[in-house]
Amino acid sequence: MNISISKIIIFSFVIFFLFVFWRGLKIDNNYNTLNLIGNRISNFQLTELDNDHQYISEKDLKKNEHTLINFFASWCAPCRSEHKYLLNLSNENKEIKIIGINFKDKKNNALNFLKELGNPYNFVGSDSDGKMSVLFGIYGIPESILIDSDLTVIKKIVGPINQFQYDQILELVK
Amino acid sequence: MKKNFFLFICFILITTFSYSNENQNKLLEVYKNLRCLVCQGQSIADSNSDFAATIKLVVQDQFKEGKKEDEIYEFLISKYGEWIVYQPTFNKNNFLLWALPYVVLIFGGFIIFLVVRKTKHNKVN
Repeated sequence: MNISISKIIIFSFVIFFLFVFWRGLKIDNNYNTLNLIGNRISNFQLTELDNDHQYISEKDLKKNEHTLINFFASWCAPCRSEHKYLLNLSNENKEIKIIGINFKDKKNNALNFLKELGNPYNFVGSDSDGKMSVLFGIYGIPESILIDSDLTVIKKIVGPINQFQYDQILELVK
Repeated sequence: MKKNFFLFICFILITTFSYSNENQNKLLEVYKNLRCLVCQGQSIADSNSDFAATIKLVVQDQFKEGKKEDEIYEFLISKYGEWIVYQPTFNKNNFLLWALPYVVLIFGGFIIFLVVRKTKHNKVN
């Protein structure tokens, strides 16, 4: 009888460990912040890139039904590849407001970048030391966040926007 | 008079130095408990990446504002998720991790008990 109890315990252990490893294998080990969708953005004030006296805060964004916040820099090559989608979004969909946040960049380089490729943004803010990016949960650029009027994150795009994500944004703001 | 003034200056310098040293150590402890999200197996303290530099600035700011260590962790978890801290909090996703040592302890104890009892029983027979 004792032996059978021991066997049951050992068998339970094996099952338990297999379950633990099976769960461990199912977990995605690649870190991303996509699971932060649904969080609200708060307590920020963004100074305009070209004018230190102009700024926007969460109050201004609450007026928009949807806002796409895009982190970019002139030194960031993938930012160039996604720029055409931002321009399309700005030209074709007036309901969505696009806020650009220039990340750890030189002001002149950023302005030249927008002059060269076009300016899709309704407001361009400056984040010269990168601290603002932490408030938005950014860990690399380009990254974009789509928020609603409640300032709740409804979509996060880590990396450059592509055609698929562009279509997804249009679908979400319909 | 000059001697007193010299002693006073020394006192101020030593106090300031030890205070800033203490703060640096506290900051270093916080950096060590934060994971660099863009590096391979490095903490914020070990990394020189752009991301680590930014997080260090934010931690310094919050420290100056008088925020406690736990409050700083809570803020960063709200922005980046639990992955950013090395010591995760107890939740439904990691309950097995926390419970496993206790489960092993209880079951191990039970097995030892059975084995000892069986050995004693065999000796008596």
